[in-house]
Amino acid sequence: MLEIKNLHVSVEGKKILKGLNLTVNAGEVHSIMGPNGSGKSTLASVLAGRAGYEITEGEVLYKGQDLLELEPEERACEGVFLAFQYPVEIPGVGSIQFLTAALNAVRQHRGLEELDALDALRLFKEKVKALQVSDELLGRSVNEGFSGGEKKKNEIFQMAVLEPTLAILDETDSGLDIDALRIVAEGVNALRSPERGFLVITHYQRLLDYIVPDFVHVLVDGRIVRSGDKQLALHLEEYGYAWAGEREPAKAAEK
Amino acid sequence: MTPKVEAGKGLEIYIEQFKRLENGAGGPEWLRPVRQAAMARSSELGFPTVRDEDWKFTNLAPLSKKAFAPAAGGAKVSLEELGGFVFRGQESARLVFVNGRYEPELSDSCAQPGGVLACSLRQSLELQPELVKLHLAKYLDYEHDFFAALNTAFVEDGGFVYVPDRVVVERPIHLIYVSTETPTPAVTYPRNLIIVGEAGEGAVVEEYVSLGGEEYFTNAVTEIVAGPSSVLEHYRVQRESRRAFNVGTVRIQQSRSSNVSTHGIHLGGGLVRNNVHPVLAGEGAECLINGVFLPAGKQHMDNFMRVEHVSPHCDSRQFYNGILNDSASGVFSGRIIVHNEAQKTDAKQTNRNLLLTDEAQMDSKPQLEIYADDVKCTHGATIGQLEDDAIFYLRARGVPEDTARTLLLFGFAGENLERMRQAPIRDYVENLVTEWLPHGEVLKKLR
Repeated sequence: MLEIKNLHVSVEGKKILKGLNLTVNAGEVHSIMGPNGSGKSTLASVLAGRAGYEITEGEVLYKGQDLLELEPEERACEGVFLAFQYPVEIPGVGSIQFLTAALNAVRQHRGLEELDALDALRLFKEKVKALQVSDELLGRSVNEGFSGGEKKKNEIFQMAVLEPTLAILDETDSGLDIDALRIVAEGVNALRSPERGFLVITHYQRLLDYIVPDFVHVLVDGRIVRSGDKQLALHLEEYGYAWAGEREPAKAAEK
Repeated sequence: MTPKVEAGKGLEIYIEQFKRLENGAGGPEWLRPVRQAAMARSSELGFPTVRDEDWKFTNLAPLSKKAFAPAAGGAKVSLEELGGFVFRGQESARLVFVNGRYEPELSDSCAQPGGVLACSLRQSLELQPELVKLHLAKYLDYEHDFFAALNTAFVEDGGFVYVPDRVVVERPIHLIYVSTETPTPAVTYPRNLIIVGEAGEGAVVEEYVSLGGEEYFTNAVTEIVAGPSSVLEHYRVQRESRRAFNVGTVRIQQSRSSNVSTHGIHLGGGLVRNNVHPVLAGEGAECLINGVFLPAGKQHMDNFMRVEHVSPHCDSRQFYNGILNDSASGVFSGRIIVHNEAQKTDAKQTNRNLLLTDEAQMDSKPQLEIYADDVKCTHGATIGQLEDDAIFYLRARGVPEDTARTLLLFGFAGENLERMRQAPIRDYVENLVTEWLPHGEVLKKLR
């Protein structure tokens, strides 16, 4: 579903990703772990189409097409979803209004009929309930005045509404208390399916107790230096990222 | 007493018109010296120029060079034509003025003996003469304000609203000023007097619209007298023709513990000056000045706020947001004056502006004059574009870029719209803003 080949990315002339290779198949959950500054969030941003990133080499194929050619909204319509590390507060724009616009844009693209305001609201309420999130957030402006936990839950709620094919979670666990973390993880797990792929970016192993990945990759200095199963995450927790970067056994895996 | 005639540039025609009105003989006897003093004052002051600090960013030459005359009566406007401006079934009274003249057939006044009064100023001189005499032109600063003086000299009619003590008027009272096509450019001097008694409560909407009028000059004054513990929601919806001149002054006199919100919605007018001047003259009074101004084309909108804290423990809040398109220009001057008695003043001012083009221009100028020592005053102004982060956030959810921008612009104005507590008016204004926005039609589906 997603094939990242030899991806090199610079930001303002500084090389961040230096030849990243990764394949995510439908039904798989991949976790990317790495220290601060290793390029985790750059990867998420590039996949979602944020401006300001220069692709100097490599390619990204999504469902066989060149993902990097698409506008951010086209990617979203094609099923790419990024749960933001820092969801943006948008005062004055109602959550319902925003999400209806998003949902109908996506539905239209997928050849589905647009939902009217009432049906959309019904859907939102149903999803909110399933996530154990207060539906009070629907009545507020997008993320405005939300706590850190509320913002992250709101991302997962949006994901549940938009039903993406590829979901990228960018440090969704950072700043969450254990209850919020559990709710977020349950939301993700509920969406796991054979048609859907996940890229879970995290700094800590803790999240992976709740969202159990099929594969764990360690990103250090713009490259995946080690890949393995969930045991790798536990190992990292014990020995730290320095250990993973010492030798470069992932070289073979990259080829 | 005859007015001292020292005509400034462009004033000759107004002095001539004043003479033709027998030097202000219209109306009750007590009004005559007021008119004459006001005319004398406007002659002395003359049209402000950009050399005046308060008019630095607004060139009035196009207005002072143009000859405007009072409109002749007889313009016909039907209720159907007014349809788009009326909140059917949601108004407690409606007063309609066509080219400055009160139109009883189009209006639905309210005159209960001893009760709520919503009628023309002229009628109020018969129904509540003492009240009018007590308050008309008592607070307005026509000594220093040329346009206020000119309005006072020529005051003819306008809306009169009286909410007696402890009476609550739930639905808004609606004043509509219509300008129609006239053979020569017309000038009108709407004069509104709104009086809310002790613990009274009400809502008043002033609306300025054009039905065929192109180039005309509206010089409007509204005086609001808010009694102790009264609550008033006041709105000025300005939808003049894009070639019209609109100078509007709202002067608010607040007693102890009164709570006044004054909302401005400015969409029309070629050259607009929006003066809002509350005086918090009783302990614990609260004032909210809230509004949006949306100039496009070559429109120029100058918002001039002057908030005076006279008594202790008063709160004032100013929130004005502007979105400027094409080669429009805008001004926000926010002056907060805290007099030396006004300890524990809490005054806040925010002016945010979005420029949609490189040609649009905005000048924002906060000014604090503080003579008391125990006060809290803050101000902030921003001029910029939509935030890239916010646009990306919406696009990353599938919202097309145009729609994302429109949503964000609406949200920008929406912050101010949310402060409007009268639901029918807020809905009405939301629609106006939606229609104004580039690609605004996409929002209709989302409501």
